[in-house]
Amino acid sequence: MRWGVIVFPGCCDEQDVYDCLKHNLGQRVEFLWHKDRLNGGFDCIVLPGGFSYGDYLRCGAMARFSPIMQGVVEFARLGGLVLGICNGFQILCEAGLLPGALVRNASLQFICRQVFLRVEESDTPFTCAAKKGQLLRLPIKHGEGCYYADPGTLERLHKNRQVLVRYVDGKGRTSPSANPNGSLDHIAGVCNDGRNVFGLMPHPEDAGEKILGSEDGLKIFSSVIAACDKREKRAWLG
Amino acid sequence: MRVKIFVCLKDGVLDPQGKAVAHSLHSLGYQEVQDVRMGKYLEISLDVPSRQAAELKIREMCDKLLANPVIEDYRFEIE
Repeated sequence: MRWGVIVFPGCCDEQDVYDCLKHNLGQRVEFLWHKDRLNGGFDCIVLPGGFSYGDYLRCGAMARFSPIMQGVVEFARLGGLVLGICNGFQILCEAGLLPGALVRNASLQFICRQVFLRVEESDTPFTCAAKKGQLLRLPIKHGEGCYYADPGTLERLHKNRQVLVRYVDGKGRTSPSANPNGSLDHIAGVCNDGRNVFGLMPHPEDAGEKILGSEDGLKIFSSVIAACDKREKRAWLG
Repeated sequence: MRVKIFVCLKDGVLDPQGKAVAHSLHSLGYQEVQDVRMGKYLEISLDVPSRQAAELKIREMCDKLLANPVIEDYRFEIE
């Protein structure tokens, strides 16, 4: 399969995503410059973390208008897999590809630490290699990661099972102290109702080898790989 | 034409900055402060033929970029 990692001005995690995919998972991966058009042939597009356009106005507000984003919206509409990490999650929300928004952490502090996530749904291309209820240990590093959605949107998220990961403690329980940024309903990541676009604040690419303290991030990427394999086989068999 | 735009978080959206400012005002002795909501203020100069045209354009700009309708409300004054 073929991965594309978009580079916006102000990105800083694109190299981590690239390295994790290429060296830890042996994947075919390319950088895509935000000013270019999105060419065909990709299986999954990743919007990495960072501070696109200096986070001016609102996080992700400007990146959404980069030329490549038109192609990403179309790619997602056709069922292509799109993964947004941290600032990438914020961009996907601003672009309307994911519901809700990310606002300033309740503590007003920039937070950089390991957290535990609980996988809430495993029937998506981004979580199918994990088990429902499984805990993942990933790092977060953000100042604006507090997830917000209005009550109607939150109800729809629950009804369609779009909350894929929640912040929990080491025993898998949600609690105010295990919610690092004040996110509504402990939400760390959501998908769209088509289940082909996923955004999360924690960084799976920074938990891709033992030396980094955790390999749990690989679960997210290997889910995508497994889902694409399945898709290809299905297409091959007609 | 000059337009002043005010963007503020919607009621119900947590505003930790506003809360921190309110807390500081309390510690300065301003106990009468009940609540603080922080927002953004923008000034835009426009070259348009009428107030009506300005209103139309500004509304469009706010909906598309300047405010995020999920979390923010906006209002503006045309001078």
